Amino acid sequence: MAPRDDGIGASVRRKEDFRFLTGRGMYTDDINRPGQLSAYILRSPYPHAELVRIDTSKAAQAKGVVAVFTGADMAKDNVGGLPCGWLIKFKDGSPMKEPPHPPLAQGRVRYVGDQVAVVIAETREAARDAAELIDVEYKPLPAIATIDDAIKPGAAQIWDIAPGNTCYDWELGDKGAVDTAFKKAHKVAKIELVNNRLIPNAMEPRAALGDFDPASGDYTLYTTSQNPHVIRLLMGAFVLHIPESKLRVFAPDVGGGFGSKIYHYAEEAIVTWAAGKVKRPVKWTADRSESFMSDAHGRDHVTRAELALDKDGKFLALRVSTLANLGAYLSTFSTCIPTYLYATLLAGVYTTPAIYCEVRAVFTNTVPVDAYRGAGRPEATYLLERLVDVAARETNMDRVEIRRRNFIPNDAFPYQTPVALQYDSGNYHATLDQALKAADWAGFEKRRAEAKARGKLRGIGVSTYIEACGIAPSNIAGALGARAGLFETAEVRVHPTGTVTVFTGCHSHGQGHETTYAQLVAEGLGIPIENVEVVHGDTAKIPFGMGTYGSRSLAVGGTAIVKAMDKVIKKGKKIAAHLLEAAEADIEFKDGKFAVAGTDKSKAFGEISLAAYVPHNYPLEELEPGLDETAFYDPKNFTFPAGCHIAEVEVDPDTGVTQLVKFTAVDDVGRVINPMIVEGQVHGGVAQGIGQALLERCVYDSNGQLLSGSMMDYTMPRADDLPPISVATHTTLCTHNPLGVKGCGEVGSIGSPPAVINAIVDALSPLGVRDISMPATPQRVWQAIQGAQTRQAAE
Amino acid sequence: MDMTGEYRIPAARETVWRALNDPEILKQCIPGCETVEKVSDTEFTARVAVAVGPVKAKFNGRVTLTDLQPPESYTISGEGQGGVAGFGKGSANVRLEAEAPIMTVLRYTAQATVGGKLAQIGARLVDATARKLADEFFSRFASVVAAPAEPGAAAPEPVATPAETVSTETPTAAAAPARPALAPVVWIPLLIAVIGILLWLVTR
Repeated sequence: MAPRDDGIGASVRRKEDFRFLTGRGMYTDDINRPGQLSAYILRSPYPHAELVRIDTSKAAQAKGVVAVFTGADMAKDNVGGLPCGWLIKFKDGSPMKEPPHPPLAQGRVRYVGDQVAVVIAETREAARDAAELIDVEYKPLPAIATIDDAIKPGAAQIWDIAPGNTCYDWELGDKGAVDTAFKKAHKVAKIELVNNRLIPNAMEPRAALGDFDPASGDYTLYTTSQNPHVIRLLMGAFVLHIPESKLRVFAPDVGGGFGSKIYHYAEEAIVTWAAGKVKRPVKWTADRSESFMSDAHGRDHVTRAELALDKDGKFLALRVSTLANLGAYLSTFSTCIPTYLYATLLAGVYTTPAIYCEVRAVFTNTVPVDAYRGAGRPEATYLLERLVDVAARETNMDRVEIRRRNFIPNDAFPYQTPVALQYDSGNYHATLDQALKAADWAGFEKRRAEAKARGKLRGIGVSTYIEACGIAPSNIAGALGARAGLFETAEVRVHPTGTVTVFTGCHSHGQGHETTYAQLVAEGLGIPIENVEVVHGDTAKIPFGMGTYGSRSLAVGGTAIVKAMDKVIKKGKKIAAHLLEAAEADIEFKDGKFAVAGTDKSKAFGEISLAAYVPHNYPLEELEPGLDETAFYDPKNFTFPAGCHIAEVEVDPDTGVTQLVKFTAVDDVGRVINPMIVEGQVHGGVAQGIGQALLERCVYDSNGQLLSGSMMDYTMPRADDLPPISVATHTTLCTHNPLGVKGCGEVGSIGSPPAVINAIVDALSPLGVRDISMPATPQRVWQAIQGAQTRQAAE
Repeated sequence: MDMTGEYRIPAARETVWRALNDPEILKQCIPGCETVEKVSDTEFTARVAVAVGPVKAKFNGRVTLTDLQPPESYTISGEGQGGVAGFGKGSANVRLEAEAPIMTVLRYTAQATVGGKLAQIGARLVDATARKLADEFFSRFASVVAAPAEPGAAAPEPVATPAETVSTETPTAAAAPARPALAPVVWIPLLIAVIGILLWLVTR
């Protein structure tokens, strides 16, 4: 039988795109409730200041204003702080410093954008105007804008409980083994680098609408979230103390998250609480400026690392010391990003036998930092892949050869790394070979010479990365400090006529779940894809799920759907056995039919579902009616997508402008359900990785003022910044989930930055340039060229 | 942002000092200035129309003089609070040195900070616009203060020369800036005016 055109492996057009492309999406800000009010949040213009006095009396009397609240009002109601979801420990085992995080500031503000007060008014304009009338007396305090400033002796203290502005000083790996290995090293490659701070800038700004029903006492929060149940749990249990049975959280269509919409934000708690206070719905929608100064930022590491090599270029040991900026408060998952999602990836695709990593995380007077597409793995990959290039240079080895020589061999799986992870499958040689061929690596020197004739410096760079998706299992994560489960759920509800609604705990905000999941179900139950509807985002409808982050939706959420379908099929077989008067063991399910093996007797899927809901001829004594199954799936392990990215650039030595000529990605994301969606995900991820490598940089001035706070000053990648991106996959199956899938959402932003920077360094290497920092702006590249020329002239 | 500079004004130090404290002269010289009022010996208010990019708006500012050492030096400072839009504040130490009977060197060091949304969106505009406006001020101030007829005859009255008189002079003829520089006395009110415009812009 020919493969289905709507099943696994088919490039089905995205079901959700019709409504998106025709402007019929339903986003949080599109939702309006009767009697709705608008909230405007007054934010601190000071990075660090005492709140001496807040006088809201004038604002409260302004036209259209219903109420003005401050932190003191929330404190009176016993509102709790925003919780942090992962406990990290110091090297000595003591817990991290965990300061309070009130939704509205109490006594002190700690970054520009910190919430000071909220005005609730009839209109957005009235709320905004009234906010001007709030008289706040600030007593400015010395502020800390950067990691360097935070760790200086005598630096200002952001939190009394965190001396030296240190949240934790954590380690992973065998320090003794690493020290011993370094003593035996033939060569040591060293690098110091900054992983630039990024501002996520999802297309849809965050929004939240709180609603309270005085009749039932029920609260509803509509919000731009990647994980509504997590928000319900955190906000209900820790912040507002609303029983989960009285709180519904609905994340409708969401226009991009990239991690920044995972976290429980103050505004969600503020509008929900305020709706209860004023007994009317309250909506807050961020404007773009607010997004810049209130959405959690990403990355922001400063790292030194050393790689010990033997005389054959084999990696003996890796030593890494990282400083990570957490911002002023702990965002929901901020603490695990520079630790368990970073240091655990430092083996990369290599057999390095000993690895030690220490991470000191610091507070600064900046927006909280948390996961951003890749979350820890781009930081690890950038470090490692830059360092491997340095090692190649130090040992006079070819960049590709040194990688091959250190790859984990194909027959070594499952492979236990020295940094806790166990890789289940992979073929790093295959993705490398395929990418080298697609990028015509062999023909590069000819292109370099041709470019040189035109006065351009051409370079090529490679990155062979690995990442880890679908954080799991829950019990191990819990032992490492996670304060949440990491399973996923799905309910497969078969309707009487055989159509199906899937309720998933994951959330789609651009990934195309409504299509990919429908393909799984169409294939699994043998029904047309049109008969499958996917519902997500509404805690009133879906089973308790953890949402979407870390490229987990297919590997964890998709597997939950498969498990629920298995239950449906199992029950369907029982019903079919009854109807066909056969033994259950003789019933086979194939292509949407329940058949008695070896006969032509069969029942269509729709006949079985009808029998289940109209149980006239039905084994009621043994079997419940209905065909509606739920599964919870807690994975045994992470999945490990890996691959090879190759960037080719041309640098104009006169202007420092880097043009990306070509980008090649060959990724192993496990089984591919929808190749078109995978390609789109890789494209998007690569675009973001290129943004980090060439364009994006969040800048605070030394006083803690955010300078790159608008699209004028923060450079997002645009279409003309991007080269043709060649995307291909090479599949090895994940061994521990039934679909064999690994995840594709983040590979692009993880593999690409080092490929781009390695290419630029390669282009400039004839001049003696050894390093360039991200973002490699024309100014930086030009300065590097000038610096190299000055050095050469001096020699 | 920090700025320093010096400027040579072809007038006696006393004359320059008085001009810097004379509302009428300041009004003539500050681009777009509608009123300057001396609230007290150490406090001025001003109403200025300033354009930042495509937007023009009027702004009320207030500056304070401290550490007055006539006719040698003083500190001038001002602050603009924009509520939801942030804040801006600046101060400058100004020194006047008599280089010759009718040649005064004005030296200043100025600091200004902007905060909140203003820094987020307008920081770079503040700098550029303040410089441009201050340059305009300075050439006017030099022509007004440079005594054309009787440079030595500094009357005890303020050298409040009527605008008509000023217009007969060749602008900048006497002014010979050592390098591009700003007079802080105007730089501060202008800064505040610019901040005001930006506050208005970013809160729209």
